[in-house]
Amino acid sequence: MTQTLEPRAMGQDLVRRDGPAKVHGTAIYADETPVENPLYCRVVQSTIARGRVRSVDTTEASALDGVITVLTPGTAERLASTDDAELAVLQSDDVGFRGQIVAAVVAETFEIAREAANLVRVEYDAVDHDTRLSADRHDLYAPEKVNAGYPTDTDVGNMEDAMALAPVTLEQTYTTPMQHNNPMEPHATTALWDPARGDGSGPGLILWDSTQGVHPMRATVRGVLGLEADQVRVVCPFVGGGFGSKGTPHANVVMAAMAARAVPGRPVRLVLTRQQMFSLAGYRTPTIQRMQLAAERDGTLRGIAIDVVEQTSRIKEFAEQTGVPTRKMYAAANRRSTHRLAALDVPVPSWMRAPGECPGMFGPEVAMDELAHELDLDPVELRIRNEPELDPETGKPFSSRNLVACLREGAERFGWAGRDLTPRARLEDGWWVGTGVAASVYPTMRQAQSTAAVRFDGGRYIARIGAADLGTGAWTVLPQIAADALGVPVEDVDVLIGDTDFPVASVAGGSSGTATWGSALVEAAREFRDKFGRGAQDGDEVEAGVRPNPDAGSYTMSAYGAQFAEVCVHAYTGEVRVPRLYGVFAAGRILNPRLARSQLLGGMTMGLGMALHEQSVLDPRFGHVVNHDLAEYHVPANADVADLQAHWIDEHDPHVNAMGSKGVGEIGIVGTAAAIVNAAWHATGVRVRDLPVTLDRFLT
Amino acid sequence: MDSELTLQVDGATHHLMIDTRTSLLDALRQRMGITSPKKGCDHGQCGACTVLVDGRRVLGCLALAVAYDGAEITTADGLAPGDAGGHPVHQAFLDNDAFQCGYCTPGQVCSAVGVLDEIGRGWPSAVTEDVAAGPRLDDAAAMDAEIAERMSGNLCRCGAYKGIRAAVSQAARAGGAVR
Amino acid sequence: MKPFAYQVPGDAVAAVRSVADRPDASFLAGGTNLVDHLRLGLIEPGLLVDVTSLTSDEITDHEGGLRIGAAVRNSDLAADRRVRERFPVLAESLLAGASGQLRNMATTGGNPLQRTRCVYFQDVSTPCNKREPGSGCSAIGGSTRNHAILGASEHCIATQPSDMGVALAALDAAVQVLGPGGERTIPFTELHRLPGETPERDTVLEHGELITAIDVPDLPIARRSRYRKVRDRASYAFALVSVAAALDVADGVVRDARIALGGVAHVPWRARRAEEALRGAPVSEQSYREAAEAELADARPQDGIDGGNGFKIPLVTGTLVATLRELAGEEA
Repeated sequence: MTQTLEPRAMGQDLVRRDGPAKVHGTAIYADETPVENPLYCRVVQSTIARGRVRSVDTTEASALDGVITVLTPGTAERLASTDDAELAVLQSDDVGFRGQIVAAVVAETFEIAREAANLVRVEYDAVDHDTRLSADRHDLYAPEKVNAGYPTDTDVGNMEDAMALAPVTLEQTYTTPMQHNNPMEPHATTALWDPARGDGSGPGLILWDSTQGVHPMRATVRGVLGLEADQVRVVCPFVGGGFGSKGTPHANVVMAAMAARAVPGRPVRLVLTRQQMFSLAGYRTPTIQRMQLAAERDGTLRGIAIDVVEQTSRIKEFAEQTGVPTRKMYAAANRRSTHRLAALDVPVPSWMRAPGECPGMFGPEVAMDELAHELDLDPVELRIRNEPELDPETGKPFSSRNLVACLREGAERFGWAGRDLTPRARLEDGWWVGTGVAASVYPTMRQAQSTAAVRFDGGRYIARIGAADLGTGAWTVLPQIAADALGVPVEDVDVLIGDTDFPVASVAGGSSGTATWGSALVEAAREFRDKFGRGAQDGDEVEAGVRPNPDAGSYTMSAYGAQFAEVCVHAYTGEVRVPRLYGVFAAGRILNPRLARSQLLGGMTMGLGMALHEQSVLDPRFGHVVNHDLAEYHVPANADVADLQAHWIDEHDPHVNAMGSKGVGEIGIVGTAAAIVNAAWHATGVRVRDLPVTLDRFLT
Repeated sequence: MDSELTLQVDGATHHLMIDTRTSLLDALRQRMGITSPKKGCDHGQCGACTVLVDGRRVLGCLALAVAYDGAEITTADGLAPGDAGGHPVHQAFLDNDAFQCGYCTPGQVCSAVGVLDEIGRGWPSAVTEDVAAGPRLDDAAAMDAEIAERMSGNLCRCGAYKGIRAAVSQAARAGGAVR
Repeated sequence: MKPFAYQVPGDAVAAVRSVADRPDASFLAGGTNLVDHLRLGLIEPGLLVDVTSLTSDEITDHEGGLRIGAAVRNSDLAADRRVRERFPVLAESLLAGASGQLRNMATTGGNPLQRTRCVYFQDVSTPCNKREPGSGCSAIGGSTRNHAILGASEHCIATQPSDMGVALAALDAAVQVLGPGGERTIPFTELHRLPGETPERDTVLEHGELITAIDVPDLPIARRSRYRKVRDRASYAFALVSVAAALDVADGVVRDARIALGGVAHVPWRARRAEEALRGAPVSEQSYREAAEAELADARPQDGIDGGNGFKIPLVTGTLVATLRELAGEEA
């Protein structure tokens, strides 16, 4: 067990340190980096989904005043590594999906670059493409493993027998559509290739990039370009949202670096347009989830199974771990989970907030609601009856698991008691009203690599680590952790983040950032105290890295939650509103209530969008998402959110890390859509199994 | 084709020779280095570029700079100049943690200032029960719905809407627009 | 976006001449749709003639009704006390559209001329007869959720997106137009045209014709009027379906009605059949349903990759019934 810190600064409701800069708009994002005389890069995208680029005519574009260069598959530099097909920008004539980068213009102004990009004439040899996902395709395949390294399939006991023998069974298919992260800040880079850096250390690349991890970004980009680590610096003090889409490098960053290398000494700005983001910046795969539940009359599950079909890109595999949460959520002796992929001529799917858990808790949590109805049982009670003592998958104890406490506390806050189980029973002012519940889960992780440096300077403690703050609050919460680890007031501590000149940090992903970076800060702080005691002098410094969690092998570590929704469906128009959405979470120690609440509310809001609005409509005739902007891809607006509340229970978990904290960035989106769908059913008696829940589902 | 124009931005005068195609947003960000207003969609679909032009909230991305010659523009950074504590809306956003990543925030702040002015003038909104009578300022629930509707042209993917509503409400009370 | 010249002529007559003289010239007013289109590459004008300061920005009493200058901003129009009291449907339609920022920019003359939000029209990489006559309609067989069920053709199934236009269609408004040949008045319901074989033409306006004002006539029935917009988000989204309605009821009978529909056609759809069915009918949900049925008798829904738009038939019915019930109030 790690020695747990005494919380002094941790747990305080501190205002964001970067707050004043953000409300004034003076926090600097990637595209705003002040540089001398920047050029502007604009990409040209393929208008076919599969085939080859036959020719690229740049005559007109190049002739335009102010155009510096046009990069094409024929003229672009050869990359050192093309192993990652998504990042092999302009390396061949092959087109793997519609919207792929096939050329790029670099020009003196944004306006000229945009005009010139339209003047690049690209001819193609198209071949038939295939973008249709379905569960009955004959070419579905099992990936070697799924995202985050989980096994593709699991099979314990005998699910078939369980289905045959159980007195009550349920078998249904649920689907979630393609969804796009859509952070408000588009993917953006300011890049500079300095042919002879002032310090004489040879050529170097600086990327001011909007990224969830400067070091992972550097590692990838230097590999693709064939540079040494010390030749690349990535800087990112602020990220205008990412939600996973800035967690792994996409083609735009490589493109920006290539553009910069084509114009040595001149900085180049490359910002994807909102429309371009729909094919170049990752997205969540659509999922098809076939669920089976086998239960006793009292609700005890005998078996639970999920068979998932989803898509990946033909040029690069990404296998969302949708079936994983089902493996350990409820006690059931017989359990099966499978993942099958269709490799299509589509853009490359990637991380979107809570990959795996988010879509993967939709089917199961709606199925549980359907089962509860079948059994005439309160859906909260059904979940409590299937609460496992030990992790059903590994047989290990949970470091802490307070799902039941969350359900009970949520029920209390929401006023669940006495709820009529009958659907379509409340009509108020022309609206059908119903309530629903679903459970949330998200694993508690710590990455293997992160290092922090702590230095005493001018009477202050200054820590440095290449961490990222994408709105999560790292600028604020990391000083809280460091202060407690050093045993000093938080006002005396600065933590600098977002630069590869600082010690290495892991990606802000998997809700692992604070746990990982915080653990590194704790190690460094403790070492600092061991070495210098209380009498530190200016310039005293130590560097230390995160260590493996000694308890990692002995416990299953996850955060849990319960979400309760009230849904109204208009009796005449089918319009769906969510007047109340309450979440109660158990996520270890809450390090800063203000920041944690915002994270949880934000996740729930995105879950509300998933439930009601979000759907990328990929037109199979063309192969691209046709509602590729924020007018037609609807993320929630202010008016969609009504009484939204996030609460947590006090949870003491000595096993997760020295802070006792679990991640809160992703769990808020897990289960939300199921709670809303379940409430919509309770309101109307109409069971929607395919997201999103749009008004047409309720019109006859 | 270039055109000459003068803009007053946050109290300073800027003379520019500018490509007629340049949006007001790009003129601010790329030509003047004023990056408080943000570009989220460049199509009037997100509100991140909201600034005040002659006191009214508008979208910088759908405004051609040349059409705004002589205009007085205020960004979130130019509100309450000289006041170290900033504008009451700034403080309200901080108090209510009405943002996370911060990218939509300057637009939200400018929009909020516009909303307070519009409510103060008695302008109705799509959720005003009786448009002839105007918004009901005495009913907290009605005010919350009014603010939500009026702030809906500013998308926030981090989902800080609840804090934003609380912030605008706080600023409205501070400014005397609402009791 | 190609370079273009920008011009502010001395008056409206000069502006009309400037545009009429050049086939590649366009008027610029609030810019909220035009600038968007420049950026999307849908249009490539060589000259923009800024008329924002050349037409009236005042709302004046006119023959018992109101004359609204073309330069009046949508927000000012919606806030005008006379509009709010005498034509609530007009104020509500404006407030249901876009966002506060956009309403501060968009003008009375520009709003009805905004073009369809059909995703294929707005994407130069897909065929579209409206953008490129003869290239084909990508919406047919594609994403049709936002598309027309009334008056569409095999060449185009786009919808007109203006909310204000739906109210103006119901209110018997008229459009004052200045063209190279002089002035003319167009009934608002005749401003827009069905797509037929020439979907590239949204309206009957000729190149160089400029809307200078919109007249809303005295219409006592409009004091009891509503605009009901149904959309996929609670705010800041285009209509799936909208209803502008005014109702006059007495003694349990509908004496008169004005109804127009949005989100269903290439034009703001004046629902004359529904009005006809309602006149003299008892105040009842049954009457409202029958009125909707009469209006939708010729409706042709579209299949689509997103499930199609057949839902608009029950949605129009439901929205109309809900709106009329509300307007009838205690009479119901």
